[in-house]
Amino acid sequence: MSFIANHLTFFALAFYAASFLCYARNLYAAHVPLGRLATILLIGGILLHYFALLERSHLTNSVPYDDLYGSMSLFAWLLGVTYVGLEIFHRQRSVGAFVTLLLVIWVALLRFVAPHMAPEPPPARGLVFAFHVTLNTWAYAAFALSFVLSMIYLVQDRVLRSHRPGAAFWRFPALDVLDRMCRSSVYVGLVALAIGVAGGFVWEHRLRGSYSWGDPKVIVTLAILGVYVAYLLLSRSARWRGARAALVCALNFLIVLFSYTFVNLYLTRFHRFF
Amino acid sequence: MTSVSNAKDSLSGGVSGRIRVALIGCSHRTAPVELRERVSFTSEQALHAAGELRRQGILEEAVVLSTCNRSELYGVPGDTGVQVTEALEDFLTSYHRISRAELDGRFYRWIGADAVRHLFRVAAGLDSMLLGEAEILGQLRTAYGQALESGSTGPVLNRAFQGALEVGKRVRAETEVGARPMSVAFAGVKLAERVFGKLKGRAALIVGAGAVAEQVVEHLRDRGIGSVRVVNRSPERAAELAGRFGGEAIAWDKLEEVLGTPDIIVTSVGGGPILTREMLERALAQRGGRPIFVVDLGVPRNVSSEATGLYNLYLYNIDNLGEIVEQNKRAREAEIPRAETLVNEQVAKFEAWRAALEASSIVDDLRGRFRKHREILLRERLAQLQDISPEERQHIASITEELIERVLDDPAERLRRGREMRGRLGAIEALRHLFGLDEKGSE
Repeated sequence: MSFIANHLTFFALAFYAASFLCYARNLYAAHVPLGRLATILLIGGILLHYFALLERSHLTNSVPYDDLYGSMSLFAWLLGVTYVGLEIFHRQRSVGAFVTLLLVIWVALLRFVAPHMAPEPPPARGLVFAFHVTLNTWAYAAFALSFVLSMIYLVQDRVLRSHRPGAAFWRFPALDVLDRMCRSSVYVGLVALAIGVAGGFVWEHRLRGSYSWGDPKVIVTLAILGVYVAYLLLSRSARWRGARAALVCALNFLIVLFSYTFVNLYLTRFHRFF
Repeated sequence: MTSVSNAKDSLSGGVSGRIRVALIGCSHRTAPVELRERVSFTSEQALHAAGELRRQGILEEAVVLSTCNRSELYGVPGDTGVQVTEALEDFLTSYHRISRAELDGRFYRWIGADAVRHLFRVAAGLDSMLLGEAEILGQLRTAYGQALESGSTGPVLNRAFQGALEVGKRVRAETEVGARPMSVAFAGVKLAERVFGKLKGRAALIVGAGAVAEQVVEHLRDRGIGSVRVVNRSPERAAELAGRFGGEAIAWDKLEEVLGTPDIIVTSVGGGPILTREMLERALAQRGGRPIFVVDLGVPRNVSSEATGLYNLYLYNIDNLGEIVEQNKRAREAEIPRAETLVNEQVAKFEAWRAALEASSIVDDLRGRFRKHREILLRERLAQLQDISPEERQHIASITEELIERVLDDPAERLRRGREMRGRLGAIEALRHLFGLDEKGSE
């Protein structure tokens, strides 16, 4: 990978780490200016990360998703973007510490995924294909966010039922807010996934005149669409709304992880990273 | 610094410079309520007393802070040379017509940095009966605002009180001292917020009309609850409580009918369980499974223990809430060192500002003193020299003026730039002493 892209990713990581520290401090003792600083640092990290992705795109003359490194980097960037959007929309900073921690770990892991190797320029596949991959990655990022929110919901619910709230309990968002944030995140993921999948089908049909319904990636992705739609329906039903729906949402993400890792790396023919 | 000080000990040591804040007062820590009642001030009296203190020349700046837990006179003494705390005590005893003996051991007297530290601790809620309570900051803001408007304050008290308001806000924002609920009623409301977020637009049902339930309603109203319904065995009491909070009174036999509406239910009636598992199950079903937060303040409990495990029902009884309040008290106490650090930081800032002010003031005083001597000397010496022209006289005058400026230049710079504040204040004090600048009529 280019020297500049590599360094920009490193600086983005530093910004994410600083943002995490501010969010964590803000969670421990709320301090409005510190919370704002956390958001500013996160946005700074996202901007640097964007330029790192752009640099990589210039290098490969494509959207940077064609190898595991590029895909993971794009995933992290979209996770940050989606979170900032949700934070501004719901005016809620207290989950920032968890999301930025995930970002820090994820971007740090990138350094172990052959960061210095530039991928071969992929064959020109056109704009529809680029949207297909980017939107699907965005959907995964949004689902990852919904997973984090669901887990916090489950912990909060457990603490409330135990009648023993600890120090951080009073700083976390209310169950209702977590529920709404989680649903927003899933909506973003579902819309992105639906358009992304449709784009994939359009691209494939143009290229080959047929659809590869039997590809494991296609099957699992359609299953993901189904389970998240089911979550949205369940989260509104009398018997499932609340902790049960949050548990469903958290479990759904296991399928996303399976799709992103095992399926992409070993099962599929058309969606491999290598 | 919470104990009652010995005035003489406190005043004799460590006070430097003329710019200083003085304080006398009593609080719940030092005086019983009977005495506090007798020395309290209404807001009109507080303004009047501050004005009187200035008019009588005891203080140049004055603020009187009087709440149910404390009465304190803050001020900046003038250069009259009187023992300011003695004068303040005399004023207080004559104002409230009490004997001086009654104040003995009940009043604290602080001066200089100690007085400022006390003010900052009060603002931070560290000296409050309920550690970290927020009301004192509002009371302090009001007392200061009124004094400011009436012209009783000046640069020193403005700086001190603005610093106090700042540190009060910082302590509450940056530590847990004021963060967690400290009463059963407030804990119930805060827990409801953990479920629903903002309570604006939510519905509450109050079953029973006891004192704690009333406190809960007050907190709910403060947090913008959408609607309140009150059910009580005595319809008159229900109507009275509902009327007071703009709510609706419901007949006792309609209790089950209205159970499906509220997000928050607060019960506090005698006679044991009134809400069974089945009733609450039906209520949850009516609400489409949306959560209900129940605060059971009754002893014996008003909600059947079988309801505990119901899905999306969050049930807290009086013991659960009491335990949380205790836990919060301990957590608040654990935050005291952090809050004290913020107070110390603010005191250091104030003292640095005071040292800078003192430095500039002493240089002016010295300049005045030197000029006075120069004028006398020139008058005496030049009178003996008849053959000097007016131009030469003017020249000699400007040389001596320049000499004064040169002599003062270095010490002024050192006083301004000195890093160690205690050293600067010590040097200022030494200069005042050496040149007799504090002596009456020294100018």
